[in-house]
Amino acid sequence: MSVSARQRTIATGTLQAGGLRGFLSNRKAEAVLVPTGALLAAFVLFSVFLLFLGKSPVEFFQLVWRAGFGTQFSWENTLSRTAPLLLAALCVAIPSRLGLIVIGGEGAIVLGGVAAGAFAIFATGLPGALGMVGMALAAMAMGGIWIGLIGYLRHARGVNETISSLLLAYIAIALMNHFIEGPLRDPASLNKPSTAPVDEAYRIGNLPSLDVHWGLAVGILACIVSYILIEKTTFGFAARIVGGNTRAARIQGLPVGRLMVGFCALAGAFAGLAGMIEVAAVHGSANASLAAGYGYTGILIAFLARHNMLAIIPVAILLAGIEASSGLVQRRMDLPDATMLVLQGLVFIIILMSETLIGRFAIFQPKTEAV
Amino acid sequence: MTDVKHTTRRTILKGAAGLAGLAAMPGLLSTAAHAADMTVGFIYVGPKDDFGYNQAHAEGAAAVKAMDGVTVIEEENVPEAVDVQKSMASMVNLDGAQMVFATSFGYFNPHVIETAPKFPDVRFQHTGGLWVEGEHPTNVGSQFGYIGTGQYLNGVAAGHATKTKKIGFVAAKPIPQVLLNINSFLLGARSVDPEITCQVIFTGEWSLAVKEAEATNALLDQGVDVVTCHVDAPKVVVETASNRDAFVCGYHVDQSLLAPQKYLTGAEWNWASVFPDMVAKIKAGESVPNFVRGGLADGFVKMSPLGPAVTDQARKQFEATKAEIMKGDFSVIKGPLKDNTGKEIAVAGTGFAETDVALEKMDYLVEGVLGSTS
Amino acid sequence: MSADDLGLWAVPIAMLGGAIRVSTPFILVSLGECITERSGRINLGLEGTLVFGAMAGYAVAYESGSAWIGVAGAALAGTAFGLVHGWICKLPRVNDIAVGIALMLFGIGLAFFFGKPYIQPSAPDLPSIPLGFWSDIPQLEAALRVNVLFIIGIALAFVIAWMFRSTRTGLTIRVVGDSSDAARAMGIDANRVRLLSTAAGGALAGVAGAYLSLYYPGSWTEGISSGQGLMAVALVIFARWNPINCIWAALLFGAAGALGPALQSVGVTSGYYLSYAAPYVLTLIILIATSSTTRALEGAPGELSITK
Repeated sequence: MSVSARQRTIATGTLQAGGLRGFLSNRKAEAVLVPTGALLAAFVLFSVFLLFLGKSPVEFFQLVWRAGFGTQFSWENTLSRTAPLLLAALCVAIPSRLGLIVIGGEGAIVLGGVAAGAFAIFATGLPGALGMVGMALAAMAMGGIWIGLIGYLRHARGVNETISSLLLAYIAIALMNHFIEGPLRDPASLNKPSTAPVDEAYRIGNLPSLDVHWGLAVGILACIVSYILIEKTTFGFAARIVGGNTRAARIQGLPVGRLMVGFCALAGAFAGLAGMIEVAAVHGSANASLAAGYGYTGILIAFLARHNMLAIIPVAILLAGIEASSGLVQRRMDLPDATMLVLQGLVFIIILMSETLIGRFAIFQPKTEAV
Repeated sequence: MTDVKHTTRRTILKGAAGLAGLAAMPGLLSTAAHAADMTVGFIYVGPKDDFGYNQAHAEGAAAVKAMDGVTVIEEENVPEAVDVQKSMASMVNLDGAQMVFATSFGYFNPHVIETAPKFPDVRFQHTGGLWVEGEHPTNVGSQFGYIGTGQYLNGVAAGHATKTKKIGFVAAKPIPQVLLNINSFLLGARSVDPEITCQVIFTGEWSLAVKEAEATNALLDQGVDVVTCHVDAPKVVVETASNRDAFVCGYHVDQSLLAPQKYLTGAEWNWASVFPDMVAKIKAGESVPNFVRGGLADGFVKMSPLGPAVTDQARKQFEATKAEIMKGDFSVIKGPLKDNTGKEIAVAGTGFAETDVALEKMDYLVEGVLGSTS
Repeated sequence: MSADDLGLWAVPIAMLGGAIRVSTPFILVSLGECITERSGRINLGLEGTLVFGAMAGYAVAYESGSAWIGVAGAALAGTAFGLVHGWICKLPRVNDIAVGIALMLFGIGLAFFFGKPYIQPSAPDLPSIPLGFWSDIPQLEAALRVNVLFIIGIALAFVIAWMFRSTRTGLTIRVVGDSSDAARAMGIDANRVRLLSTAAGGALAGVAGAYLSLYYPGSWTEGISSGQGLMAVALVIFARWNPINCIWAALLFGAAGALGPALQSVGVTSGYYLSYAAPYVLTLIILIATSSTTRALEGAPGELSITK
């Protein structure tokens, strides 16, 4: 009785002594507040850019809000664009835990889409769920092999993963075009070379009462699973050690090679899955429209989320919202479509610059006397 | 050259002044929007002043903009993905568009087809698609022009201009619309001289400047001396060819400004004569057919004015052929004709009129075209 | 051999011409990147710099009426981008590769934003030198019509090689690139050297962009670059940070790029997407063949993040 009362007093005491300061004295708060501050700073800078051009920043951000988040339709617009971005961002964030910068997720997305399309051609007549799972597995295997190869080349041959992933992305797009205009082309696709239409039963539908397909749920789930894998399991722990210092990890006897190939393959599998979802939920067949640049937006999202798998979710939604509002901004403010690229570039730069501030504010550091 | 530059610069200055004026008077702009009782959206896959496919449509949009009581809203660089579905929906939901022109071919299936049923009161128009009764939504229309016949006329001009008897075609992808243009170009030239051959190079992409320039150079290295193309933005092909002293025939829009001396003629879209009429009908509540096609005679397609390098003899045949086409019932693809693998396409006495839907499924290159469809 | 019927000979001649035409931007960007990487930084943002340089060069040339003033404008714009990259990377804990990707996005965005009014007008072209005047084969003559920037690029490679080998500036850059500690011991401000090296790299990337918009293909469009700025970064690695090798790497890449259209023009038509991928496959194969885990990359600057 007395013991528990005492504990309660201590707890209350800590809380009282802490308050705002207690909340701030913690790295997690820092990891949220610094990038948020940077985001706001980027918006301010962008406003100056707009003022310089004689445009109203107030109108701009109102329009972004309205077209990205302001109405039910706007939310659906934003969330529909979010799905592939989540998976594309994972393709960057997961290898980054090993210290690898993979920028060729686009390649795994398009080849994943082709693999899914090919599966749908050759395995017709399955029950819908089985067909979808088959397409997903084919796409994930394809993407996994593609990005896994990058991890393998890095480990076995010391080939820089940034460069090899870039080259492989170009090669992947060439392969995609070759297959959809050659061996896999549906002769009926006429002016838009595509694989044969995916069986209606294999198509991914919408979430209940929302005009957003199930890909969103898959993407969010993938982020959560990745978060648990990286932060809560020994694999993730081992990967983080490799990312911190490969040589030390090797001396410790960690299976560096297997980790590199495995994490890259997982990353590629998610990107491949994004391709499958594009085919099964949006395009209805594999065609050249698969190369829509999601892989490149994914790089931006992963870095803005500081490679945190859960942070990817809000950042992807924010970016999707900005892209969703591009049209309205073009129509209402007579600004070119590139406006959003400028904004994204600026946000990216300022957030990267803010990295330097992490660990610099005394207020965020745990107080030694409090311990 | 200085003349050309002068004109373009003046046009731009005028445009800039206009924009500044609009920006300075937001009040006026919104009043105008209120007075309008119809909003029409245009969506382009690339920049709308690309001297090509998108510009051809933007010229149509500009003509619609000039109509009374119509507001035009536009979006550029919209990918053929979920983006275009949402752009169409956004134009309807947030700007109250009652009619949307989705202009890129790749927008049709599935994007336009899946978006249209969600907005049954909105009319969607698409360029190039094959609308099918019973299969596609009734509020969707697809328009296209028999521009292959224009390429035939290009071929007539090219046939007279070539000295090496080799003409060239820079093509994006081996799809029916492109194949028809290639075949028509050669057949036009062969109506002048049956010895002429046409070399084709596929770039594999709709818009890829360096590859288009390389393809043009590769053609010229083979002795080709007249070039035309079917890519989204012919600017690079036209400039590269004329810089190497080859003649060029344009495509999509008038590119004579880019090569005043070497430009023979060009097959252009004439959407400015088509779109306003469609918009007016929809606005008045009248019906517009779902499947609209037209050629030179219908004002869907037009030819660029003949350039200074066109000889009198060439001009005579060009005008005569054009007059014959204007009469109707003209067949570019007619027998006896074989494809370039030796397969029979049409026996003597038969042919495909330009209106024949079978031509929109073309999968061959005719005899005399050097290249293959796969 | 008649002048207009070269048969299969057309392929090597086209590849020679293609190598010269297509490689110039690769030579310039890779030389710039070579300087930057030798100082221990990597700038992946050169793609954005190149695209912005293409726009700026075209716009300035159009407004001033002189292609060369356009080139100067592009160089200036490129320098500015280089300085921004160098300045941001000076901040502690900031990753140079990530900053490069961000600047790539930003540069492309700004180029498209301000480039809209310049898609239509025609700017003056850069002149070329007819080095093939002696030949009566028109194909060869055309292939040897060489732009001044190509010659400048080649000359520059030798100058930079000499600079690294025999000048104080070159030595300073190399020391900074190999070891920040050694540089500090010698009293060299490593950040300042890297800032200037990145600025020099940016300037060359800007000029490379101007080559694209003012000479070949010779117009400003949003699709003007097919990744030249990014590929140059890969080329520097397989050129082993040697400026002279950059020339060979760029020429090889350019020639491989000309292979696709050239093969089609002589009747090899199937699978052209695969022949279009040849330059990338070739680069990858060379990269794999020359990389190794056991020894550090020969010639690699010690401070370079991608080879650590």
